[in-house]
Amino acid sequence: MTTKFTKEHEWVRMEGDVAVVGITPHAAEQLGDVVFVELPDIGKSFKENDDMAVVESVKAASDVYAPISGEILEINDAIVEDPAKVNEDPAGAAWFVKIRPSNPAEFDALMDEAQYKEFAGS
Amino acid sequence: MTDALKRTPLHALHLEFGAKMVPFAGYDMPVQYPAGVLKEHLHTREKAGLFDVSHMGQVWLKTKEADLGSEGAHEAVAAALETLVPGEIRKLKKGGLRYTVFLNEEGGVLDDLMVTRPAREDRQGYLVLVVNAAVKERDYALLRENIADRVNVEVQDDRALLALQGPKAAAVLERIIPGVGEQKFMEMRPYDWRGAYLLVSRCGYTGEDGFEVSVPNSNAEDLARMILADGDAEPIGLGARDSLRLEAGLCLYGHDMDETTTPVEANLGFTLGKRRREEGGFPGAEKILRQHAYGPSKLRVGLKPDGRAPAREGVEIQSVDGALIGRVTSGGFGPTAEAPVAMGYVDAAHAATGTTVHLIIRGKPQPAEVVDMPVVPHRYYRG
Repeated sequence: MTTKFTKEHEWVRMEGDVAVVGITPHAAEQLGDVVFVELPDIGKSFKENDDMAVVESVKAASDVYAPISGEILEINDAIVEDPAKVNEDPAGAAWFVKIRPSNPAEFDALMDEAQYKEFAGS
Repeated sequence: MTDALKRTPLHALHLEFGAKMVPFAGYDMPVQYPAGVLKEHLHTREKAGLFDVSHMGQVWLKTKEADLGSEGAHEAVAAALETLVPGEIRKLKKGGLRYTVFLNEEGGVLDDLMVTRPAREDRQGYLVLVVNAAVKERDYALLRENIADRVNVEVQDDRALLALQGPKAAAVLERIIPGVGEQKFMEMRPYDWRGAYLLVSRCGYTGEDGFEVSVPNSNAEDLARMILADGDAEPIGLGARDSLRLEAGLCLYGHDMDETTTPVEANLGFTLGKRRREEGGFPGAEKILRQHAYGPSKLRVGLKPDGRAPAREGVEIQSVDGALIGRVTSGGFGPTAEAPVAMGYVDAAHAATGTTVHLIIRGKPQPAEVVDMPVVPHRYYRG
């Protein structure tokens, strides 16, 4: 299982031919306590870098961009019901969406973990 | 590179407590500590939160028209200030605080402020003002340009201001400054604390019981450390200060009112003193009194969005049939309300409590209800 990262602090993990997407612990920490999550409708298609979801903390709202192009297969209702989960386990249980990629080359072009760590300065 | 940010006397203490610092009104200020905005907010409502508000402007007015402590000294300094504000300052009791606003000739709000008449006999003829950090230089200029022939404008740059807020604030502060627990709400008393001259006011910006302590810069860190040594007190950043005042329905200057809004439109009609309404004699009086009598065309109201999506500053407010009727001026998530909380201006026809409006969040209309403020009831000390 390979996990890759975007400059917008999202992670993408390929599970078979499905991409699981979430925000990184660094992003969750920067946001602070998450109080609201809006996820796209299942079946909707996005191009890479389209606005895909919204995550808000007490103080600020942030867009989550589609890290790769594709169709939404599944969304994580648990984080809509309880947004605090995003702070508790951003890299695991608090995934945002599952996408069927339409262009696998986009995934290959994302940063690997070492590159992301250097990018995020951690 | 812009001008270097100013620092309050507690700057090093904020860093020691792990604060995330941000620029605010020209100062490097703590927006949150490691606990985070949500926990800081809830801690303040549950126990006691310490806020560094030293960036705010402290200025004392001293009459030139009478000897301090003499008959008529208070009358003189109050009459001078009343030319700039619509509040009843002359009849303020000794030690009494009043919330009021500086006005321009169009009746717009230049700033909101706290005015206090000192308690001590020998300080009669002084008024103690606390103004907003972002516009304090403009406030000082306003005072100097308009009433410097009648008062000395004494800016207290050598004093810090600490706010301790929450249901445990009185117990915590009483252990450090004995006597404060006896103070009434909106009362200021002076204290000699380790040789330092403190002015302690029972007031705040959270809707909770609490105090603001004016302390010489050189004693501010000692006082803050003593407060924070108490298990019930935690340091609280600007993030929670904002969510607390939002739930309490309190205005943030420059957002919820400014030079383009009158106190009547801002739903601050209580700042118009009864005698002042009859006599006028403050900037913009004609317009403000007309609005007070006949109603303003727009009004600041509380808004309770349906659902969980916060409505932030700038969000468009529409009537249910899609007409633009106003904008959100402050909004976010209320940790105590456990729901989004907002305020904004709407056309008077839509300002009645219970009116349904639409907030346009990311292009989509979200229903919301016009509600009475505060959303979280005030718990001021009424003992």
